[in-house]
Amino acid sequence: MAVGLAGYVLLPWYGLRDNFLTFGWLLDGYPFDNAPALFLVLQGQKPWLAPIGLLLAFPLLLWRREKSDPVFAGLLIATGAMGLGYFLLQGFGIGLRGWNWQWLAGLFGELEDRQFGMGWGTLLVGGAFLFLLTTGLAARGAVGGDEFVVGSIGFVITVVGLFIFMPIMQMMGSALVTQEGEYSVGTFLSKLFSQRLWGLGCVTGGPRCGVAWNSLLLAIVVGVLTTVLGLVFALVVTRTGFRYGKLLRALTVLPIITPPFVIGLAIILLFGLSGIVTQGAAAVLGIQPTRWVYGFPGLLIAQTLAFTPIAFLVMIGVVEGVSPSMEEAAQTLRANRWQTFVTVSLPLMRPGLANAFLLGFIESMADFGNPLVLGGNFDVLSTEIFFAIVGARYDQAQAAILGLVLLCFTLGAFYAQRVWLGSKSYTTVSGKGDAGVHPHLPNNFRNFVYAIAGAWTLFTLLIYVTIFYGSFVKLWGVDFSLTLDHYLKAFSVGWTEFGFHWRGSAWSSFWTTMKIALISAPLTAAIGLLTAYLLVRQNFAGKDGFEFGTMLSFAIPGTVIGVSYVIAFNVPPIELTGTGIILVLSFIFRNMPVGVRAGVASMSQIDRSLDESSLTLGASSFQTFRRVVLPLLKPAIIAALVYSFVRAMTAISAVIFLVSAQYDLSTSYIVGRVENNEYGIAIAYSAVLIGVMLAVIGLMQLAVGSRNIGRRTQDDPQATGWRSNVSLPDSGRAAPAMTGGG
Amino acid sequence: MMVEIKSNAASVEFRGVTKIYGKSKVPAVNDISLLIETGKLVTLLGPSGCGKTTTLRMIAGLEFATQGKILIGDRDVTRLPATERDVSMVFQSYALFPHMTVRENVEYGLKFSGFTRKETTDKARAGLELVGLVDYGDRLPSQLSGGQQQRVAVARALVLEPQVLLFDEPLSNLDAKLRRHVREEIREIQQKLGLTVVYVTHDQEEALAVSDRIVVMNNAIIAQEGTPRELYDQPANAFVADFIGEANIFDCEVESVDNGRAKVRLGPLRLDLPAGSHKTGPAKIAARPRRILVRDAQSAGTMPGRLLKVTYVGSHLEFMIDTELGPVFAVSPEVDTPFAAGQAVGVALPERGPVLISA
Repeated sequence: MAVGLAGYVLLPWYGLRDNFLTFGWLLDGYPFDNAPALFLVLQGQKPWLAPIGLLLAFPLLLWRREKSDPVFAGLLIATGAMGLGYFLLQGFGIGLRGWNWQWLAGLFGELEDRQFGMGWGTLLVGGAFLFLLTTGLAARGAVGGDEFVVGSIGFVITVVGLFIFMPIMQMMGSALVTQEGEYSVGTFLSKLFSQRLWGLGCVTGGPRCGVAWNSLLLAIVVGVLTTVLGLVFALVVTRTGFRYGKLLRALTVLPIITPPFVIGLAIILLFGLSGIVTQGAAAVLGIQPTRWVYGFPGLLIAQTLAFTPIAFLVMIGVVEGVSPSMEEAAQTLRANRWQTFVTVSLPLMRPGLANAFLLGFIESMADFGNPLVLGGNFDVLSTEIFFAIVGARYDQAQAAILGLVLLCFTLGAFYAQRVWLGSKSYTTVSGKGDAGVHPHLPNNFRNFVYAIAGAWTLFTLLIYVTIFYGSFVKLWGVDFSLTLDHYLKAFSVGWTEFGFHWRGSAWSSFWTTMKIALISAPLTAAIGLLTAYLLVRQNFAGKDGFEFGTMLSFAIPGTVIGVSYVIAFNVPPIELTGTGIILVLSFIFRNMPVGVRAGVASMSQIDRSLDESSLTLGASSFQTFRRVVLPLLKPAIIAALVYSFVRAMTAISAVIFLVSAQYDLSTSYIVGRVENNEYGIAIAYSAVLIGVMLAVIGLMQLAVGSRNIGRRTQDDPQATGWRSNVSLPDSGRAAPAMTGGG
Repeated sequence: MMVEIKSNAASVEFRGVTKIYGKSKVPAVNDISLLIETGKLVTLLGPSGCGKTTTLRMIAGLEFATQGKILIGDRDVTRLPATERDVSMVFQSYALFPHMTVRENVEYGLKFSGFTRKETTDKARAGLELVGLVDYGDRLPSQLSGGQQQRVAVARALVLEPQVLLFDEPLSNLDAKLRRHVREEIREIQQKLGLTVVYVTHDQEEALAVSDRIVVMNNAIIAQEGTPRELYDQPANAFVADFIGEANIFDCEVESVDNGRAKVRLGPLRLDLPAGSHKTGPAKIAARPRRILVRDAQSAGTMPGRLLKVTYVGSHLEFMIDTELGPVFAVSPEVDTPFAAGQAVGVALPERGPVLISA
C-alpha cells in the first residue's frame, strides 16, 4: 500500500519514451514536466486521476485492525477491485484522440487531452491495487488465508492476461479492421479465405499452393521426421549399450544453441547455387547447378536438423522413464525383444511421441529465419506475416489474419494431442525402487538405428564445420582463401582518444542482445518457477483454467506473439513499441512455459510433506518457498535460466517485429546481413554467438551451484536402508525440452 | 545441559467438525467431536481412508474444516494456517530437508520462532541429545539409517516445544524390530516431557502399546473412544471388536435384562453377561479367539462342533471349528493335547470374555 502511495505521489505518472530504465527524469523538469499523479491532480490537469488517490488512502482506515476482522477483508477487496476497475477504465477509456467511447464524452464533456503511455507511477499504483485485492481475499480465507500464495496467483494471472491474452485479443480485433480503419466482416472473410492462403494450385497443376497449405505440410513432415529421429537417438543412447552416449548428447546440444537460421545458411553454403556440394557435383558428375534446395527440400532439411535435438530431449526422458520391470515382465511372458518393444515399450512412449511431434510442429510453424533464408518461392505463414507488416504493404489486418490462421493450426495440433492421449495413464514409474535393466534392441533394428544416427551425426558435423570454415573464407563459392575480414568488420575493437571503442558493426546489436537476454532470463525463470509452484503445490478455485492458460501460451508461435505485441503495445495505455522493454517482455512470456515445465517436472519429484513439515515448523509459505523449495530446485533453475537465455539469444520469430534502430538484436542483424547477401559477416557473427552461449551456459552452471543432498552411490557400503524424499532428475542433462528459436 | 526441552502441552478439542474435500459429496470426516486432554498420548486408529489422517492434518492446519470448530488450549484455531499454530508434526516420510544437515534441520523451525542464535544452537543440541543423535549433527539426512532419520524428525518437532505434537504413521517405514524400539522411545519422551501427542496409525498393536486413549475411526466417524483395555475388552460394535484384535461375532438374542446382567441365548448355549445399555431383543456377541474354550465333545455347557483345521504355530494351536453358528476361530495355548482335523469337539464360552455389542 505504501508502495502504491509512493507511486501516486512521487513517480511520474506517464512513461517517458526511451528512458524508462534510467533516472534521467529526476533532473529533467521533475516534478512539473514529468509530474507524479498527485501534482497532476493538484494542478487541475488530469482530474480523472483524483479518485485513484482517494482509493489508495482508503486502507489507512484499517490501521491497527485485526486481520480476522471481516471489515478488514471486505474493505481491502472493495478498494482493490474498485481501484483496479477504475484504473483500467481510465487507462483504456482515454485514447490517443481523447475519449475512446462516445458515452464518456457525453458524461464528462469533450476532452482536450490525450493519453500517454504508462510510467513507473502507474505500474506501482496498479500493483498496489492488485495486492490490496489479494490481501483482502487472503484475509477472507481464500487458499487457506495465505497472502503470499493469493498474491502470487493474482500477479501471475494479471501478467499472463496482460501480456499474453490481451495482445492476442487485440490482434483478433484488429483482424477485423480494414486499411481505412473501418470494421468490416466482409473484408475479413475475403482476406481469410483468399486464394493466396488456401489455393490448391500445386495439386491441380498451377504454379503454387496456398501459404497456409505450405506451412501445414512442412510442419507435419518436419514434426514426423524430428519425432522419428528423436526416438532413434533416444534408443541409441539408452537401449543399445552405446558407449558414447555423452558425446551424442553434447552434440545434440549444439543445434539448440545455434540460431535456427544458421543451419539454413550452412545448407546454402553446401547445396546452394554456389555451394560446395553443388559445385562439386557439377564439376565431377556434370550435373547442372540448380536452385533445388531453395523451397521445400531445403526447408525440410534445415528444420529437421534444427529441431531434432528438441525431439531427442523429449524422447530420452520418456524412453528412460518406461519402467524396466514392465519390459522385463513382458519378456517373462514370452515376448521376444522385438515384440516387447512394439507391444509394451512403444505404446508407453506415446505421450513422448505426441509431445515431440507437437514441439516439432509448432517450431516449424513458427520458424522464421529458415524460410526467410531458404524459402525461395515456397512461402510460409511466418514470412508472409513479416512481409505484411514490414515494408510497403503495411497491412496490420492482413498480418493479424495470418497470425490467426497460424494460431489456429498450432492450437489445433495442441488440441489433437490432448485428444489422442486422452485420459489414459502412461505413468510407469512409481515411488518404489525399480531395479530392472532396460532390454537392448533386437540386433537388426539396432543396426538400422545406428545407421540413421550415424548419418545424421555426420551431417550435423559437416554443417558445423561449414559454418566455422565459412566464417574465415573470403567469398564462399568464388574465393576460398582464408581471411579474418568478416570478424574484423563485425567485431573490431580500437582505441580512440575517448578510450576503448567498439568499432565493429555488430557490437551494438551484440551488447543489446546480451543485455536483454541477461535481463529476461532470470525474470523468465522466476515467473516460470513461481507459476510451477502454484500449479503443483497449491489448490485453488480455477486452477485447471490457470494451468490450461499457462500451457496454452506455449502453443502460441513466436510470430504470433510478435505481431500481437506490435498491435497491442503500439498505443496507450501501454506504449512500448520501440523500447527494450517490449523485447524483454516478449522473451519472458514467450519462454515462460519453459520455466513452468522445468519447475513442474522437478517440483513434482519433491515430496509434498517437505513443504508441509516446513509449514508446521512455523515457516510461512514464502519462507518455505525460499528455503526449502528453491534450494531443491536448483537443477530446474539452471535449466530455466539456460533455456530462456539461449532462446533470447537465438530467437528471431517474435523479435523481428519488435526490434528498433536503437534496440537491434543479433539475430535480426544477421538476418539483415543475409538479405544483403553478406554471408561472411552473418556466419562469423553466428559463430561468435554460439561460442558466447557456450561460455555463458558454463558460467550460469557455476553461479547457481549444485544441490548437495549427499546422495549415495551404488558402491557405498552403507547403501542399504537409506531413503530420501527427493528423487533426483539427472541434473547433468538439460531437463525439459522446449528450445529452438523459431 | 544448559537448555532443556520443555513442554507447553495443551488440549485439543473438536466440536462438530466436518471436512469435505473439493467437490466431493462424501465427507472425509463427518461431524466429529473429540477432546484430547493435556499431556495425553491419543491414537487415531482405523483402516485406510477412514479420515484419521485428515483429522490429524486439521489439527496441524494443513487442511481446514468445512464445518465446526477446532480449539487448541482455549484458542479457536479453526481458520488459522499451519504456520501460525503452535503445533508440530512428524511425517510418515519424515520429510527431512535433504539439502540441510541434521543440525540445520533441527534448527529450521527455531529460526522462525524468534530465538537468538545461541538459544537456537543450544535448543537444537538439547533436542538431538534427547534422541541420542548429538554426534550426527553434521551429517546429511541421506547418510542416516531409517531409524535415525525418524529420530531427527522427532527432535525437529520437539525443539519447538509445541502445544501439540502430531505423528502421522511414524513407524510405517521401519522394519518390525525397530518399530517396537522406536515406539517405546516415543512413549518414553512423551511421558518424560508430559507432551500432548496425537498419533495416527492403522496398526492396532502399535496403538494398544503406546496410547493413553485410542480413538477408533471408521467411515469418517468415531467408532469408539477409550483406553486400550476398554477397547479390547468392551468393544462397542462389531467393527471395533474385529479391528482391534480378532473376534468371532455371533448373532444372539437377549432374553431378559435384570440388575445390569443380561440372559443371552446363543444357539444352544445360555450365557449371563453384563448388559451395558442393551435391551431385550436381537443383539450380537463378540468373543476373542483366546476366550473360546475347546472341550471334549458332549461336555456339559458346550455346543457341538467339528474341527475343520488345526494349525500348530509354536506358542499355541489355532482351530477352525464348524458349529451351528458358523465357523468359529479359537486359539489354545495347550499345544500338547492332540487334536486332529475332523474330530468332534465341544465349544464353550466362559462367563468373562464375550461381550454384547450392538447389532
